[in-house]
Amino acid sequence: MPSNPAIAANTRPWRDPAAKPFISIKSVTKRFGDFTAVNDVSLDIFRGELFCLLGGSGCGKSTLLRMLAGFETPTAGQIIIDGQDMGRVTPDKRPTNMMFQSYALFPHMSVEKNVAYGLMREGKSRAEAYERVGEMLKLVKLDQFARRKPHQLSGGQRQRVALARALAKQPKVLLLDEPLGALDKKLREETQFELVRIQETLGITFIVVTHDQDEAMTLATRIGVMTEGVIKQVGEPRQIYETPASRFVADFIGSVNLFEGQVQSLDGSQMRVRTTDLGEVLAPSAPGLSVGQTIWLAMRPERAWMTRDVPPDGVNTVPGVVQDMGYVGHMSSYLVQLANGRVIRVTQANEGRRDNPISWDESVHVSFDPPDFRVLTE
Amino acid sequence: MKHRLSWFNVTSLTLGFAFLYLPMLILIIFSFNDSRLVTVWGGFSTRWYGALFQNQQFLDAAWVTLKVALFSSTLATVLGTMAAYVLVRAGRFPGRTLFSGMSYAPLVMPEVITGLSLLLLFIAIGLDRGVFTIVLAHTTFAMCYVSVVVSSRLMTFDRSLEEAALDLGCTPFDAFRSVTLPIIMPAVISGWLLAFTLSLDDLVIASFTSGPSSTTLPIKIFSAVRLGVSPEINALSTIVISIVAVGVITASLISKHTIARRQREEMEAGHG
Ligand SMILES: Nc1ncnc2c1ncn2[C@@H]1O[C@H](COP(=O)(O)OP(=O)(O)OP(=O)(O)O)[C@@H](O)[C@H]1O
Ligand SMILES: [Mg+2]
Repeated sequence: MPSNPAIAANTRPWRDPAAKPFISIKSVTKRFGDFTAVNDVSLDIFRGELFCLLGGSGCGKSTLLRMLAGFETPTAGQIIIDGQDMGRVTPDKRPTNMMFQSYALFPHMSVEKNVAYGLMREGKSRAEAYERVGEMLKLVKLDQFARRKPHQLSGGQRQRVALARALAKQPKVLLLDEPLGALDKKLREETQFELVRIQETLGITFIVVTHDQDEAMTLATRIGVMTEGVIKQVGEPRQIYETPASRFVADFIGSVNLFEGQVQSLDGSQMRVRTTDLGEVLAPSAPGLSVGQTIWLAMRPERAWMTRDVPPDGVNTVPGVVQDMGYVGHMSSYLVQLANGRVIRVTQANEGRRDNPISWDESVHVSFDPPDFRVLTE
Repeated sequence: MKHRLSWFNVTSLTLGFAFLYLPMLILIIFSFNDSRLVTVWGGFSTRWYGALFQNQQFLDAAWVTLKVALFSSTLATVLGTMAAYVLVRAGRFPGRTLFSGMSYAPLVMPEVITGLSLLLLFIAIGLDRGVFTIVLAHTTFAMCYVSVVVSSRLMTFDRSLEEAALDLGCTPFDAFRSVTLPIIMPAVISGWLLAFTLSLDDLVIASFTSGPSSTTLPIKIFSAVRLGVSPEINALSTIVISIVAVGVITASLISKHTIARRQREEMEAGHG
């Protein structure tokens, strides 16, 4: 598994309120006719980040990226890159390069000509340009294929040519639209690793569009979760997973059990919540809540635990019946039906070879540790 | 799988091709006739081809025709490609449908009307009729054909290739020149060939727009035939037929093979 870029461990400029963003997207809106593809998006991205825009099909990810590259003009709002307002700057003058969803390699040029294309436009000498082409092809491990035409390459090789071509000009920002979309799973994972390696080597700011949450989690320093033209939440992968800000984000990233309920009583750091599915449960309190308010409790399947007997303390425990189970090697995933018919998802790590794992149709007790609930108000 | 042609198919094929090509075949055969009488076979000879190259009038007309065809097809290719590019690329702009409809109208307009209206225009603006006016006239009608051929190619052209060129630092014109044009080149060439052959064998529009000093070959043939068909005319027509045939066949081969291959390569380059 690829590691997240080193920047995440050492410096996290987004945590420093005084840090100056490298790219500022300010209240940007894009309409096509009366359809709003991007709706009042504001976002700051810092130098050296590998930022992932994550969202379902048609949510406006590509449109936002294309506005950064200059192929679309925002209907309203402002984009600033490295202190420069991009308002009137055409794509050829922007400090960005893009790797296209379809790669967009020039079919009539060889691999090296494709990579040299941008360098030659810069007015570099042939020798200089081709030296750089050589470096780039080495970086993406395609040095033997320099003379081939794009249609003589495999999908994964084409994708690497597209990357080399976009990197050759050493842009300040590299925009990648579903860069690994066309690859099979194994190649995808390898290439994710490569992307992170290249990003770390060159220190260029990457903005990656993807609809694959695993990809975003593995690659990103931070993730922006998009839906219907708005960014719902921005945060480090861990933050997004552990402390989602809304039901949408909780549900979109990984799987989750959501329980609707009303606040019954508030007591310092804890509160009692009356839920339809679990009865009355203890949950961590959050500022700004009031008694009687409707909230949702989010619980990741791997945080619930399941026993045959009632656990000793008996807090936040509900009985149920195992309806279905799936064995995934390192863990097992269960669907447990509660007394009122609601089915919840529970996963259990398979540690050691337990003789008698819980199986179909068994009666079980599912318990939730109060701090593991994430309280959501929207 | 091999299809055996049925009796019916063979007959209809023969009849169809006979209908289309028998007259031309007879003309070609008689161009090699030794006899001065057009309809009586007097043995094989190429003497009429020799006589043709002695006939200054025919040579002049051929030269005019060639000049007109070269200039008009080149001009038509430039204009037609530009028109196709705008129609396919500019997206929606006010009057787009009208503009695209109008640019195809000359395709179906009777040639007599095109010729007549051009004649009126040239008279109105006081342009002396000659090679120049024929070039203009041929450009006008050949341009639509070029535009049809090129725009059908542009329709399937992946837009992101141009965006990639812009992204890598090109101006829009530079992107067109170095990326779009080379990729659509086979279609452009095939449009040029089409325009060239259309210009070569046009009689109606040329006769409206030509002047006394600028007779094209088809006009020459037509007027000569009115004084009686001579074997020389047969020879001349045979040469014209071969040039046109070569042009048309090349154009269709280019569009069949090269365009299809380029398109495939482009698709393959574009998708994983
Ligand atoms: N040029 C355009 N004209 C009209 N509508 C457009 C245009 N470009 C995009 N849209 C619309 O804007 C919405 C967002 O499109 P966008 O391409 O940004 O989606 P996306 O998030 O990249 O989706 P995907 O994951 O499928 O690529 C879509 O509903 C799309 O139909
Ligand atoms: Mg997209």
